[in-house]
Amino acid sequence: MAKLWELTKLIRSKNSGPFELTFDVIFKDRESYIKVRDAKLINAEWFARTYHLTPEVVSIIDYDAANAIKITIPRPTISGDINDTDVYGGQQHGPLVDVEVP
Amino acid sequence: MKRAMAREPHFIGADSGSTDPGPHYLGSGDTLFSDSAYKRDLRLMLLAGRAAKVPVIVGSACTSGSDPQLERLVGIAREIAREEKLNFRLAAIHSEQEKTYLKDKLRERRITPLANAPELNEDVIDRSAHIVGMAGIEPFVEALENGAEVIIAGRSSDTSIFSAMPVMHGINPATVWHAAKILECGAACVVQRTYPDCNFAIVRDDHFIVEPPNPDYRCDPDSVASHNLYENSTPYELVEPSGVLNTYSAKYEALSDRAVKVSGSTFEPSARYTIKLEGAELAGYQTIIIGSVRDPIILRQFDSWLSGLVKAAKDRIAAVFGREMEGKYDFNVRVFGKNATMGPLEPETAIGHEVGLLFQVTAETQALATSLMKSVGHIAVHYPVPEWTGLITSIAYPYSPAEIPRGPSYRFNMNHVVEPETPLEMFRIDYQRV
Repeated sequence: MAKLWELTKLIRSKNSGPFELTFDVIFKDRESYIKVRDAKLINAEWFARTYHLTPEVVSIIDYDAANAIKITIPRPTISGDINDTDVYGGQQHGPLVDVEVP
Repeated sequence: MKRAMAREPHFIGADSGSTDPGPHYLGSGDTLFSDSAYKRDLRLMLLAGRAAKVPVIVGSACTSGSDPQLERLVGIAREIAREEKLNFRLAAIHSEQEKTYLKDKLRERRITPLANAPELNEDVIDRSAHIVGMAGIEPFVEALENGAEVIIAGRSSDTSIFSAMPVMHGINPATVWHAAKILECGAACVVQRTYPDCNFAIVRDDHFIVEPPNPDYRCDPDSVASHNLYENSTPYELVEPSGVLNTYSAKYEALSDRAVKVSGSTFEPSARYTIKLEGAELAGYQTIIIGSVRDPIILRQFDSWLSGLVKAAKDRIAAVFGREMEGKYDFNVRVFGKNATMGPLEPETAIGHEVGLLFQVTAETQALATSLMKSVGHIAVHYPVPEWTGLITSIAYPYSPAEIPRGPSYRFNMNHVVEPETPLEMFRIDYQRV
């Protein structure tokens, strides 16, 4: 069974402005992308469970042009606010890296 | 840069800012980089632009594009001009906003929230250290039409910097805005970016071609299409003051092993013209302590040890400063090795053979934050566990003094758009002979 990172060129997280966090999963090839996309492996319920959120706030977009899946959520804390943990939002993607792809 | 200039571009653009490094820069007026760094890059652009007699357009001056930051970059441009004996007509576009103007707009209900926006009222506007509006292409076009050879602008949309001149010349806005989105981070859209560099695009009505001038770099259709994902909640839509770029039907084709042709996007003009606002206010002053724990007996009961420690620290503060101090400060402990990176989003909270601790107090003044932290530091370093009898020292502090004043901490306090009467009214333009 492959891990998600093995099928991708890049898994990253980043601010989409100071009020949102966005995650990009960019696949190495079309075949892997379509397999994961169509299996709906990355879905709002799963993402919400993993990140302790409610599914309603999770936006998931398939981006065929770049063989990529994008996930966007509200930031738990405004970027750089007194108790924020990650000003750039760049280290929030860890739980996606080793997800098993059947 | 030399290779790019050999292709005879019609202008040179650069985005000098971002909200990415956080609210400190908008709040304080400090800059993310040193003057030397801005000067090094701006010198390359001014020399190339004046030699080729093409405009140099820089937006979001010195991180946040507030007035002090704009003034700083204009000053640097003047220094470079003096040193290099350059002459040019400079336009400085101000993005900083008047509080009275914004309060009027708020009363007229011409300010509306975007996603996850905090509440905005007149108090928030009054509390803000700086508020900027994100300029569209119109102030740039105005400056170019008035003969500006160098434009230095306050906060601007990344894409407006690169869209203004081609749109002014009548090129299809859909192609222009898409090209601008791809160029706004320079070499970010190449296959493997190992260091920062410039990029180059040729924009025509029905397509644009992006090809990095650096021979170490190449673009392919995936790398260019992927850049639409960057710092954006959707790769398909890019909202600008005057309309929305839609890339659903875009086509990305390889023209060679390093050049990509892009076509097919559309641009839908908006019914109402909107300018995005960014504001920052002082949230308090912080003092921190960095420490770590290695004792396995403490680590085996880490959560209960730490919650006991936090309670003891707060009790000590109440004993020293009085109960009325409660609610006047914020106390937080970050646990490195557990969930310091992801906080409430972290699914894995098992710890290893040591953890790092970062204690943080936020209060109204620096002196108060440090005074409170001195009490926390002493309680924390000797906080006991039942297994050990006698006085223990339970945290390793790497510094003396343990407490570190961190200075003011700011907070982004708006995520809203305002509807001006005209695209220019929020952006004053100064023209200067340099």
